[in-house]
Amino acid sequence: MADKYFVSAAPHFHKKDESVARIMWTVNVALVPVAVMGVAIFRWCALGVMLTAVLSAVITEAVIQRGRGQRVTVRDGSAFMTGLLLAFNLPAHVPLWLPVVGSVFAIAIGKQAFGGLGRNIFNPALAGRAFLMAAWPQHMTTFTRPFAVDAVTQATPLVLLKEGKALGLADMGLNHFDLLLGFRGGSLGEVCALALVLGGVYLLWRGIITWHTPVTFILTAGLFGWVFGAPQGFFQGDFLFQILSGGLLLGAIYMATDYVTSPITKKGQLIFGVCCGLLTGVIRRWGGYPEGVCYSILFMNAAVPLIDRFAQPRRYGVKK
Amino acid sequence: MKRLAREFTKGIIAENPIFFMVLGLCPALAVSTSVTNAVGMGLAATFVLVCSNMIIALVRRRIPDKIRIPCFIVIIATFVTIVEMILEAFAPALDRSLGIFVPLIVVNCIILGRAEAFASKNPVLPSIADGLGMGLGFLVALVTIAFFRETLGSGKLMGLSLSHRFEPALVMALAPGALLVVGLLIGGLRWVRSLRSS
Repeated sequence: MADKYFVSAAPHFHKKDESVARIMWTVNVALVPVAVMGVAIFRWCALGVMLTAVLSAVITEAVIQRGRGQRVTVRDGSAFMTGLLLAFNLPAHVPLWLPVVGSVFAIAIGKQAFGGLGRNIFNPALAGRAFLMAAWPQHMTTFTRPFAVDAVTQATPLVLLKEGKALGLADMGLNHFDLLLGFRGGSLGEVCALALVLGGVYLLWRGIITWHTPVTFILTAGLFGWVFGAPQGFFQGDFLFQILSGGLLLGAIYMATDYVTSPITKKGQLIFGVCCGLLTGVIRRWGGYPEGVCYSILFMNAAVPLIDRFAQPRRYGVKK
Repeated sequence: MKRLAREFTKGIIAENPIFFMVLGLCPALAVSTSVTNAVGMGLAATFVLVCSNMIIALVRRRIPDKIRIPCFIVIIATFVTIVEMILEAFAPALDRSLGIFVPLIVVNCIILGRAEAFASKNPVLPSIADGLGMGLGFLVALVTIAFFRETLGSGKLMGLSLSHRFEPALVMALAPGALLVVGLLIGGLRWVRSLRSS
């Protein structure tokens, strides 16, 4: 009788064959369309960056776990996912040592230094990206034109908007359809909105993520951009442009929903999403950088323990 | 003699003010961008530490307990002023690059900490040995941090360019890089210590 029941700490598996590896690999599958579109838009350099980032992330994780005398768990796909997400945050034509350094930082400092999967405070991929951004800004902000055979540099729509070189999409020679398909300058995994949404819908359908964080994040950032986004006055910003440009979709669907670094309860996730969206809007409009998704998520990651405490559900039968 | 040697050596590794007591991080983060700055800062702090420890140990029985902190600060500030004037006169370039952090030695918590924890309770000679050891420990820690930050952050060592093929990581020259280096060094040293003790 005794071996039939066992006591373990929450959260509990409630499906029969659920596991960390299963969840991680499902997310990796959801990232496939984004990766395919990245290669289609930016050619083979994009593939090189992705392979390098993934390989170095997996190797770093294996080496550290072996060195610390732990079970090597690279097969659960979490290091794979970190590497892939980091690659999605890089311009396609970066020198290949950049993803290596970024992945090593993401896994070694962002994840393993805190104790490994489940104990990291910050999203490892974003930590790696923030480090690269602070270390080699010139590489991280040189974007290339999509579908170009030779690497022609092109600023992202948000940079053009921030520097006042364009007031709207028409000035950039783009329309919303271009943004949807990814025919614009940007990081290799953030440009194709359609593929990102496709992966997101798949994750929702499989029950890996819930709508709470991504939807509130995206809507808040979009509304903020609509209200404050235009320099000429209130309520004149471009709602769709704010949503489809930059890394908002990538961040909101795949990074802000990371199990380890986001709130547990639905209420907490709503707060988390709204705050991420507000911070993103503030950074985009008034901050020093053109895009603020990465920093707003990292910032809110630090606030997650606080949110979790605030959004604690009432225990059954106990008055508040 | 044995006691003096012990008081002297403890500050360098075993009770290193930065790596094991985690004191004085403000100057450690601020001036460790280059090895030259680190050496200047370390020597200045060592001088102040030795002199203030000596004077405080001399007058420790005369200082009323209730106002001991202001008394320590006055003594420390005297030596900091001397250091500042010497730097301005003989090393103006170093003085410029250290900037506000030379007068800020007054509130360096290593110096006040040693005055409070050691010099106010011990005779003169051990206090001098303690000040010298702690100062050198601070110097060694600063130079170590600065070595990593200067080589990685600007690709130089003591102002000399190392390699033109290496692209320096800008972040190492900034505050986050300093925190990263200090954190990793503290972690690494504690790990080595745990290996030794087990």
